[in-house]
Amino acid sequence: MNQKQSVIPGDIIATGDYRPEQNVVLVGDKLISTAIGFSETSDDSVSVIPITGFYTPNADDLIIGKVISHNALSWEVDINSYYPGILLASDIFGKDYSPSRDDLSLKLTIGDIVLARVTGMGSRDPLITIAGENLGRLDSGELVKISSTTIPYLTDSIIQTIESSTNASITVGKNGLIVLKCDNSTGLTKAIKSIKMIDMIRDSDSMEEKIKNFLDEDN
Amino acid sequence: MGGREANVVLLDENGIRSDGRKVNETRKVTIKAGVLKNANGSAYIEFGGNKILAGVFGPRDVHPKHMSNPDTGILRVRYHMEPFSVGERKKPAPSRREIEISKVIKEALEPAVMLENFPRTAVDVFLEVLQADGGTRCAALDAASVALADAGIPMKDMVCACAAGKAADALILDVNNEEDQAGQADMPIGYMPNLGKITLLQLDGVLTPDEYKKCIELGLEGCKQVYEIQKNALREKYFSSSDNR
Repeated sequence: MNQKQSVIPGDIIATGDYRPEQNVVLVGDKLISTAIGFSETSDDSVSVIPITGFYTPNADDLIIGKVISHNALSWEVDINSYYPGILLASDIFGKDYSPSRDDLSLKLTIGDIVLARVTGMGSRDPLITIAGENLGRLDSGELVKISSTTIPYLTDSIIQTIESSTNASITVGKNGLIVLKCDNSTGLTKAIKSIKMIDMIRDSDSMEEKIKNFLDEDN
Repeated sequence: MGGREANVVLLDENGIRSDGRKVNETRKVTIKAGVLKNANGSAYIEFGGNKILAGVFGPRDVHPKHMSNPDTGILRVRYHMEPFSVGERKKPAPSRREIEISKVIKEALEPAVMLENFPRTAVDVFLEVLQADGGTRCAALDAASVALADAGIPMKDMVCACAAGKAADALILDVNNEEDQAGQADMPIGYMPNLGKITLLQLDGVLTPDEYKKCIELGLEGCKQVYEIQKNALREKYFSSSDNR
């Protein structure tokens, strides 16, 4: 059994012997949605895929953030969430990092955009790293912000469609921040419009077709 | 109830109220979700002559820091009446009444919102009364609930609210400004319809125990009607073009 229905907070999705998963609470024997979205009922569990809300950091998420401050030991990065991401200085300088010898501002300054990966939750805030292939500071490109709940709709095939049609290169952060690079301004504008269109439509069935039609309009 | 004499017929011989409604009829309610671009969630409600705007921000950092709770997020509510919202200019500074209403709305929403997963953060709800016509606390609570859902704040249930009361010796639903001033009782009720729990209950005036029970039943009927309108407002914003997917 796999049922999908639109729900808002308080809607009773099912009653009985189900396991409440993402965005679902069990009250008595009622499984109640806690978010606006689409419920998914399997044989033994119920979950809701939200269509509004904020980004919740999870380990291994690829994200894009903006450096907002630093102290002696770490940078604080705005990751479009309710907590800032913490990028440890030792992540860049190595284990022999010394606050008295190394200057953090030489590596990253306030306002820098970084492509990073969430490593897990620290004692207070999520820890992020830029040590890894293709991770690090993004020196050029256009930063576009969309709802993080739209990201699942940005499938690989849709991104490839946009990239091949506009010659843009698209880097998608799971936190709703996207960096687009393109040599010609027309292609860049079109790629940005496509991304914003996806943010508005959010319809997985007809999305790719609509984007293709939009991209073909002026070609 | 307000202790004022009014030269208005609150209920005529046919059981029709001063604004043409029957005793068990609410005023016209319209709600629109997501009306503010810069807020994380928002709603606008017209509840009879009441016009109220709700904006929600958060979860976000708590300032001042000493207010933050390391175990859970906190909810903060500010109910504010614009100087032009009533006939005679209202001073813009928070009044005793506004502070009280902010508190009761916060306490009415707290059983519904789930902020345990967001320690050290705050969710701020701003309620601006643009035009007041009696029953603003219920209307503001209705708008706040829709705005919170629009912001994606996890909630166990929506909170809907409607007042019941007594005027001209009859129990009435959705007390308007005239009935509030010249009537005998006003009872605002906040309710979580799917969980069947009352989250706000106040009573200004005098009712017999029997009238009290009937008044709650009448108020809950009003709450359920408002809940349908809240649901429609959210569905219109989020599912109007995709219900058939």
